[in-house]
Amino acid sequence: MTNTRKGKCAKYFEVALYPVIATCLALLVGVIIMLVTGHNPVDAYLALFEGAFGSSVAIAETLSRSTPLFLTGLAVAFAFKCGLFNIGVEGQLHVGAMAAAVVGCYLTGLPAIAHIPLTLLAAAVVAGIWAGVPGYLKARFRTHEVINTIMMNHIAIALVSYLVVHVFRAPGVIPRTSTILPSAQLYRFIEFSRLNIGLFMAMIALYLIYYLLWKTNVGYEIRAVGHNDKAAECAGINVKRNIVMAMVISGMLGGLAGAERIMGLHLSFIQGFSPGYGFEGIAVALLGRNHPLGILFSAILFGALANGGFRMSMATAVPTDLATVIQAVVVFFVAAEQLAKLFIKRRKKGRLAE
Amino acid sequence: MEQILEMVNIVKTFPGVVANNKVSFEVRKREIHALVGENGAGKTTLMNILYGLYKPDGGDIIIAGEKTSIDSPIVAIEKGIGLVAQHFMLIEPLTVAENIILGLETRKNKIFTDMRKANQKVKELSELYGLEVDPTARIMDISVGVQQRVEILKILYREAQILILDEPTAVLTPQETKELYKVLFSLKEMGKSVVFITHKLNEVMDISDRVTVLRGGKAIGTVNTSETDATQLASMMVGREVLMRVKKEGKKLGEAVLELRKVSAVDSRKLPALKNVSLEIRAGEILGIAGVQGNGQTELVEVLTGLRKATSGEVMLKGDSIINKNSRSIRELRVAHIPEDRNKRGLILDYDVADNLILGPHYKPPFTYRGKRNLQNVWQNARNLIAEFDIRTPSYDTKAETLSGGNQQKIVVARELGGDISLLVVSQPTRGLDIGTIEFIHKRILELRDKGVAILLVSAELTEIMSLSDRIAVMYDGNIVGILQDEEAKEEQIGMMMTGISKVDALRGEESD
Repeated sequence: MTNTRKGKCAKYFEVALYPVIATCLALLVGVIIMLVTGHNPVDAYLALFEGAFGSSVAIAETLSRSTPLFLTGLAVAFAFKCGLFNIGVEGQLHVGAMAAAVVGCYLTGLPAIAHIPLTLLAAAVVAGIWAGVPGYLKARFRTHEVINTIMMNHIAIALVSYLVVHVFRAPGVIPRTSTILPSAQLYRFIEFSRLNIGLFMAMIALYLIYYLLWKTNVGYEIRAVGHNDKAAECAGINVKRNIVMAMVISGMLGGLAGAERIMGLHLSFIQGFSPGYGFEGIAVALLGRNHPLGILFSAILFGALANGGFRMSMATAVPTDLATVIQAVVVFFVAAEQLAKLFIKRRKKGRLAE
Repeated sequence: MEQILEMVNIVKTFPGVVANNKVSFEVRKREIHALVGENGAGKTTLMNILYGLYKPDGGDIIIAGEKTSIDSPIVAIEKGIGLVAQHFMLIEPLTVAENIILGLETRKNKIFTDMRKANQKVKELSELYGLEVDPTARIMDISVGVQQRVEILKILYREAQILILDEPTAVLTPQETKELYKVLFSLKEMGKSVVFITHKLNEVMDISDRVTVLRGGKAIGTVNTSETDATQLASMMVGREVLMRVKKEGKKLGEAVLELRKVSAVDSRKLPALKNVSLEIRAGEILGIAGVQGNGQTELVEVLTGLRKATSGEVMLKGDSIINKNSRSIRELRVAHIPEDRNKRGLILDYDVADNLILGPHYKPPFTYRGKRNLQNVWQNARNLIAEFDIRTPSYDTKAETLSGGNQQKIVVARELGGDISLLVVSQPTRGLDIGTIEFIHKRILELRDKGVAILLVSAELTEIMSLSDRIAVMYDGNIVGILQDEEAKEEQIGMMMTGISKVDALRGEESD
């Protein structure tokens, strides 16, 4: 018991090993694809790396692209800790973004110190309620949250489209709301980059969720429900309340991700602003093993691939799609982990038998 | 007598453990050979070697005088060895006959499975061995006892000469067990050999011809059943003297702790499961609930512990109504609950031992202060309980799923019995455990009784009910058929009442015998 600390490090290493291998394998697959399609993989990857981490602005832009992914990845992971698959982060992100745009635009006369928190709060509350609906339906009627959150995605996206086209539309060709007030804008602290203090908000969220899950009673109960709801119920834990609460908190994180995009990046709600941050969050959580620390790294990886992909396509004519393919292959390999585990187990068993 | 199988000096090591240490074991034609030992003694490893699931590190297997190596279950089946595992390998939506012929289907025109022929064959086989089944019934519609028959038929269909049954009675009612005995005897008559793995010694005495005892991976000895008794076998298994029946002090009854008045409830399919059940338990008393599983015991326990709503009636705990309160508020009233299925209800297998040991009071001091967990206290609690209840675990931060069944159950027992309680609701406390652990848990339960705790004990083991209870209530079809005092309770009578015959009739039936 004295070497618990060391044991913990070893455990982290073991847990991290497979995602790292999966990422390397995916990059290797990328090489093969480029060779087959007649591109130079060395040039392409150099450009990708350059684009993602080559300068302080590049790094800042990578982190900016990662910022919503920290939050959406965390949203997926948090629900998962309670045994729930929240596929609806994309929808929660949309309603949160719209709420932020409205509050950021129409709530006037406040100093930034009050306006920013209020705008964030509005996004979190609206998205939390949005996610709470499938949570409640699950707790009350046992309807499956996967189906309901997927449905709610469609409703959310259609709803905010309606709002941006017909209700809050600012003059111009692209459907967008008016620019939010300066008092609701998140401060950009790097010149020539749109990276903003939303990054710190995401870091704080990562830590708070870690703390909540492992250091508080709320987390103990949520994880208990996620692992074995029957045993949790038997121990006097209110399973239904925990399910609703986990969905609400998960939705709030998704809403904050949307708010950051509006308040720090686009400065207004633009129709179709999300390239699928919510869905990417599922992959980020998967690669990050549903742990805040893992999500930190996997979100940066995904941000880097997306951001570096632009540079790569411009410098080497390798299409940005390749970065997307690599992301997909990473997810594929992580999902195939069980297969790999089985394979390793077989080998071990075979060796034992010899 | 003719030896059909010999295993000589079998050695099998796993990293860190020697599971079989030069074990020798032989089976004769036409015999029922019991293989007994505590959990972890190496019984299952030995049989997995015989069935080709593990490769031994040393030793020989000789079948019908011929040295053989068994690399896989396919070879084992070819050599006439069949295994009925503890967990059945049946496909639920398929029929009995379809399950039996699976992999060896008879074809019609080389393409279609000839089901009529298959049904016919299964029928003949079942008549030949006296294993009654309906070949066209679906597995999901038949009882566990019948499913077991299907498993046996499956291996007979493959012409097994040696049948290995791994704890076959664990899932059966007393009546079904008797039926199984009959089947095994008739198999023996037909010239088959049966290896019967168990740790219930009364079963060994009932049906086996010879017994081999394993302990700590070694074969302690093989004896003729007629020349031994349960006490001797128990000490061979455990390596020391064992109290077969825990000693019970005279009871000192206190006030009524739990009172049920005409309680009714429905099961998960909304069918009536409890029908106007009334009973009372006083401080310092153990009330045993006997009955074939599925006669309302589960629902009774769930209503008492706040896991299921009652449809009518009243439950009083020390004068306060607790009916339809949630499980946390019932726990707050010093009610402890050891649930029937430790994996499903009792433990969170992904949590470590320490986190499992606080499940229930986890939300309040000393484990949680204003929402924040105090891990020092959680760990200290774990250290104390691990020592007090002798839970064998590498450390308190080991995941519960990696422990053996007995130690997992000890976690549940330690957690529930460790605190200050006034009512204990305990269900199947020793299912699947070895003698040493059973003895330990029984002692603990009796200690609480002597301290004045009221205890409701539900168990499928009649011997357990009879050795612990002060009074025995027999349940059938959601009703309490009758309540017997410890002194007047006889096994036959309880057995009859378990089939729904009332107490008076059961007594009368006994007299006329």
